Amino acid sequence: MPISKLTNLKSTYDSVIIGSGLGGLTCANMLARQGHKVLLLEHHFQLGGLATWFTRPNGHIFDVSLHGFPYGMIKSCRRYWNKEIKNRIVQLKGIRFVNPQYQLESTFTREHFTELLENHFKIPRKNIDGFFETIFNMNYYEDNTQTTGELFEKYFPNRNDVHRFLLEPITYANGSTLEDLALTYGIVFSNFMSKGVYTFQGGTDKMIALMAEEIQRNGGTICTNTKVDKIEIENKKVQGVSVTYKNQQIFIPAKSVVSNAGLVNTIFDLTDKEHFKQDWICQAKKIRVNSSSSQVYFGIKKGESFPFLGDLVFTSKAETFTTDELFDFNTTSQTFSIYYPECRADNSKYENHYAVVSSLNARYEDWVNLSKDDYAIAKENLIKRASSDLEKFIPGIVEKSDWIEAATPKTFKRYTLHRGGSSFGTKFEGLEYSRNLHKQVAGLFHVGSVGIIMSGWLGAMNYGAIVCNDADAYLRK
Amino acid sequence: MTRDDIKDVVLEIIEDINDEEDLSKIDGDKALRDQIELDSMDFLDIVMELRKRFQIQIPEEDYGNFETLNKSVNYLEPLLADK
Repeated sequence: MPISKLTNLKSTYDSVIIGSGLGGLTCANMLARQGHKVLLLEHHFQLGGLATWFTRPNGHIFDVSLHGFPYGMIKSCRRYWNKEIKNRIVQLKGIRFVNPQYQLESTFTREHFTELLENHFKIPRKNIDGFFETIFNMNYYEDNTQTTGELFEKYFPNRNDVHRFLLEPITYANGSTLEDLALTYGIVFSNFMSKGVYTFQGGTDKMIALMAEEIQRNGGTICTNTKVDKIEIENKKVQGVSVTYKNQQIFIPAKSVVSNAGLVNTIFDLTDKEHFKQDWICQAKKIRVNSSSSQVYFGIKKGESFPFLGDLVFTSKAETFTTDELFDFNTTSQTFSIYYPECRADNSKYENHYAVVSSLNARYEDWVNLSKDDYAIAKENLIKRASSDLEKFIPGIVEKSDWIEAATPKTFKRYTLHRGGSSFGTKFEGLEYSRNLHKQVAGLFHVGSVGIIMSGWLGAMNYGAIVCNDADAYLRK
Repeated sequence: MTRDDIKDVVLEIIEDINDEEDLSKIDGDKALRDQIELDSMDFLDIVMELRKRFQIQIPEEDYGNFETLNKSVNYLEPLLADK
């Protein structure tokens, strides 16, 4: 990936984008395509934000968040990227649920969900239709205080198993819970669960490489290993950014700045608060960041394999479904994302490579204050729990693996710099602050996971297009 | 620009967004969304393309004017009169 040196920059930019998550990448690409002079800065040595991957000895590669995304990605990749990226999106067929309440498989379409609710869960058709009609007609600007739990109780009273079936996958996708607003659930569900689950042929590394190429083809400049320290503002108007590069402070002038850093980081860490109205900043302190995650990665030895057992397996040992259990330090709920050689079939470097990634919901607070020893023990426990649960699906998994490691909320924090190691941006209230940032400081925009509904790969990408429209309008004024 | 020119421009932009459907059968008085697959993100693209081509700013509260083809032409006519 040809990356520019920070020392060879143009004197000024139309737009500097801070951070290269899918929101930042998409916004950068579209602004460049609109003819603006764009500079994308990333603190890490690799692009992608949480849409990331890493390699390990013995020829291993692990995808961190390529679990599956909605059908809408096909259209967004075609519109905001290119045909080559779009053509690599393929459907995942093996999605399973295994818990004490049910063992099921689903294609994640509205039709199949209806069929399972009617025939397996024995829910009257009028409740199913009423539920779907309600969630498919939800609009984000509606003022409704109903929670997801209340919505479920209305259509499926006292059916904890049905609540679990409908919410658990979404919790892994964006951290939302029974206590969040029903409309966030409705909007995400109608996007995510109506036409199946998809993945990217070639893996996250291939997707991000193709995206970087496209940005550069459109004239955008990309610099990695470049951390922005501050967004510079004068008279309520953006002037550019200050960065540290090889221990040197550099000021980069820009007409607009799009921050793809976390929303809370953008407001409180990257900007001096004197530039915001006092009551606005007081209210902004109430923005809640979303939960974090833990993961365990299993790399299978060269030459070893296992038969197809599904692409995504949602598992839990909990008798009933509760938010507390799902986010507990010792939760028994985890999702296995299983990667077969087909994932990187056209990359000879990873021929016949199998990997499994276990994902768990987690709270940063539970991890951040552990002593060094307790942290190491807790990581070992994560690995033990994932190994013993995975053993049921892949007998001998530990012997078959020659690389096993764990990531915790602290790992997520280190690589994304997000407050609280958030893996899903902010709760609902963040959306308003993200959308209105430019009304506080002219030319300053935020893009990235916010408000639950703008979360996940598709949410972040679409939000990148929305914010490009805002920034483009500002630049052409 | 004349009303016909404006109509052609809007159709051209839509065709670029949705190249899989036949746009010749679009009824100018019926909602675009009911006739072809267009979502709220696509309306954003229409607005952005119009801004790029003609330097016109269309605020978010006016997006509703693009519900049908004829409404779009009515809305754009004064904005594009001298373009």
